[in-house]
Amino acid sequence: MNRYPLWKYLIMIVAVVIGLFYTLPNIFPQVPAVQVSTNKSAVKLDAPLLDRVEKTLKGAGVSFTSSELDPANGVHIRFAKGDTTGQVKAKELLLKDLNGGAPEGSYIIALTAESTTPHWMQNLNAKPMALGLDLRGGVHFLMQVDMKGALERAADRNAADIRSLLREKKIQYGGVDKAGETIAVKFSDAAEREKASRALTDSNKDLLLKEDGAAQDLRVVITLKEEAKRKLADSAIEQNQKVLGNRINALGLTEPIIQRQGADRIVIQVPGASDPARLKDVIGRTGTLELRMVEADNQKNSGALLAAQSGNVPYGTELMNDRDGGQILVKKQYVITGERINGAEPAFDGQNNQPIVRVSTDGQGARILREVTGQNVGNRMAIVLIEKGKPEVITAPTIQSELGSNFQISGRMTTRETSDIALLIRSGSIAAPMEIIEERTVGPSLGAENIERGFNSVLWGFVALAAFICVYYMVMGLISTLALSVNLLLLIAILSMLQATLTLPGIAAIALTLGMAIDANVLINERIREELRRGLKPQEAISAGFEHAWATILDSNITTLIAGLALFMFGSGPVKGFAVVHCLGILTSMFSAVFFSRGIVNLVYGAKKKLESISIGTIWRPDSVVTRNAAADDDVVATNSK
Amino acid sequence: MEFFRIKRDLPFMKYALIFNAISLITFLIAVGALFYKGLHYGIDFTGGTVAELRYAKPADMTQARAAVESLKTGEAVVQNFGTPQDVLVRLPLVQGVTNAQMSENLFRALCGSRTIADTKTACGDGAEKIELTRVEFVGPQVGKELFESGALALVLVIAGIMLYLAIRFEWRFAVAAIIANLHDIIIILGLFAIFGWEFNLPVLAGVLAILGYSVNESVVIADRVRENFRKMRKASVDEVIDNAITSTISRTIITHGSTQIMVLAMLFFGGETLHYFALALTIGICFGIYSSVLVMAPLVRWLGTSRENLVKPETKPKDALEAEKILP
Repeated sequence: MNRYPLWKYLIMIVAVVIGLFYTLPNIFPQVPAVQVSTNKSAVKLDAPLLDRVEKTLKGAGVSFTSSELDPANGVHIRFAKGDTTGQVKAKELLLKDLNGGAPEGSYIIALTAESTTPHWMQNLNAKPMALGLDLRGGVHFLMQVDMKGALERAADRNAADIRSLLREKKIQYGGVDKAGETIAVKFSDAAEREKASRALTDSNKDLLLKEDGAAQDLRVVITLKEEAKRKLADSAIEQNQKVLGNRINALGLTEPIIQRQGADRIVIQVPGASDPARLKDVIGRTGTLELRMVEADNQKNSGALLAAQSGNVPYGTELMNDRDGGQILVKKQYVITGERINGAEPAFDGQNNQPIVRVSTDGQGARILREVTGQNVGNRMAIVLIEKGKPEVITAPTIQSELGSNFQISGRMTTRETSDIALLIRSGSIAAPMEIIEERTVGPSLGAENIERGFNSVLWGFVALAAFICVYYMVMGLISTLALSVNLLLLIAILSMLQATLTLPGIAAIALTLGMAIDANVLINERIREELRRGLKPQEAISAGFEHAWATILDSNITTLIAGLALFMFGSGPVKGFAVVHCLGILTSMFSAVFFSRGIVNLVYGAKKKLESISIGTIWRPDSVVTRNAAADDDVVATNSK
Repeated sequence: MEFFRIKRDLPFMKYALIFNAISLITFLIAVGALFYKGLHYGIDFTGGTVAELRYAKPADMTQARAAVESLKTGEAVVQNFGTPQDVLVRLPLVQGVTNAQMSENLFRALCGSRTIADTKTACGDGAEKIELTRVEFVGPQVGKELFESGALALVLVIAGIMLYLAIRFEWRFAVAAIIANLHDIIIILGLFAIFGWEFNLPVLAGVLAILGYSVNESVVIADRVRENFRKMRKASVDEVIDNAITSTISRTIITHGSTQIMVLAMLFFGGETLHYFALALTIGICFGIYSSVLVMAPLVRWLGTSRENLVKPETKPKDALEAEKILP
């Protein structure tokens, strides 16, 4: 009765082999590495680059253990375990050589940690577990995107479009007012209003028009259609995600996770960030960008500036600080906003090799710029960054000629300045303002400590548990321990396969799951003892023990699973990590504690036709106290004395 | 080895009233503590900033406190954890100050005259060095959401387990088991309130996990009760329950002990992050034994469980078969 068919043993073997194979990558150490890659399509990642990198490092006497070219990801240079000084030095050297010292350039040079798992294993998707930020150090941000702000800005844009459309079509209107997300256009004549409505519906399908007012005070109230609002929100989030990704990449940090969460949130996780302050600085720049004409500065029209400084700001203008500590008077009406800007990057002027910033805009932006700058050659245009309602002039270059979709900003700037200005202009391309609403930063040393703590908890807990179970249940205890080890193996293998992120609460869940998984084996062993006590033959007792325990094991695992699933559904961050491991652990424990341990028991005892005893510790019977002497109670071998 | 050498069924039911009185008193104390003192919520729920710093030599706490007070944030906490070198600072949410500024201001204040490195996570050299090892900021809206989703998870767990038990056994067991286990949860929370231990997200996870786990005991006993109703046809309800508890008590204590071994390992080696988590589990495991045996079983009886409720006639043929197999 206690025999498994061959296929069941085969399943056991296959499970252990797969378990071992996918657990193995976690044993290979991680080594410091430098990755050279690019986010520019024109830059090629090829063999000459690898040569160049190798030569640079060898020339400076930096020793590395391996270097290779991966056409998709770039050049990987690995260093000896713990050689972070070599790693940092290599990064600096490569920055100087490949990018001319600028933090941003053609190449992205990133510090990473790479697993030394052999390639053939990695090709079979055998990778070490993904460690959470609390284990490897890093930064986690949760950003809230201000959708209301995005909608208001869309209304701003629409109001401007409406004005120009009505003017173009020569429709008589009384004025365009914008309040929040709604725009109201006034008319004094119903026929004109009719014409305007038709023109507006034709020009923009996203607008929802409502006619309002009576007699001489006629109005069209314009809002966005729900569908358009949703589309706008989606594209705003997408745009923000893209911008954040570019900015983080530009810092030379690999593997950033930038995900949308819910309707209006973005999660950013950057593991192993050695410089969280800089990262926060870059991510935190969530302002909007506007190009506006300068009304007055200390050279031109300086009288107006002085008047404004003394408190008499002319209508339609604003007094602003610039980056040099001075002040200029800027028009309130913008020419274009950052949304029309597609990109900005630091570069060098082809003629005099001066650092410049190249800016490119979209078609609509180019059209407006051409029109405005054509009339304003010789005047200054300010690039204004508005952060948390506070405007600041980044730079206010003089317009040299009519600008188009590509133009450049030049004039006595250092490379550092151009790279900063480019970054800021790109920051302006954010579609909706954002705010950091959650932050978790863990230093790398604390991460390493957390791994050690988690590891020690599991190790010593396991050892103590195994010792107790083996002493208490003898050979059956040993089998239980074996099943528990298989459980741990499979759990780690599955976590590695799924690349689920392991956090410290996740490790706690491993420990807790093991502590709960032994429950099933205790249940089985106690039941077998009970059946023996009742006088069943050993083989029968094993069979009955497993059978009767099964229903209880299933019940208890289902209730635990309910709790685990609820945690998974409603948990966030650390709790989710806990829940994932907990649920997976329950599933693996059902396999190992019931199916696997039964297999071993069958292997050990099942073949013996006349099994006299099971090594399962003392079977104590109330009546045996009278008939047998006390020493016999501690018999480690329970005999069936029927 | 055998720890449990019980000759006769222990008369648990005879003393049921006493146990229930004890439970009621501890329960009321816990509720009172929750009501009057309240839980000491971590920043996961309240919002705020927590920073951990590591000093190269034992930190001068008076100086650190003075530095933190200079930020004028109101209710700030500065304390050692683990070693005298490790300092934890907890700041409340301050209107109009973003988290980036907050942790930077804090670090600057603590560093005082030391020079701050470019990374803004370390300052000073040698024995004067201070490192910022961890920063956590939770905004007010996030805290509120975590609180709500935590409460929702709790409700879902309770509903799910009750539903399962009601289907698997019957409603009396479901009600008794959930009361018994909620009693554990309230006591865990009560102890956290009395001692002012921090209630954070991992603790909540621990509490919910223990809820799922403790129900096991109730399930095991309920299983036995049902089995006994089938086998012990002449026994009274009390005898049936006493026998069920007695025959499962060794298993109950050994499994809980095994789980506790793991939890103790976390308590000793897990560091401060897992400390309160392990503490919550420890309380939960200890009270889990007590409540399944001494709270749930009497409740089942008082709710009026009888043979007829559990042993359904239509399943008789299968029962008979099973009974034959069980009996020697």
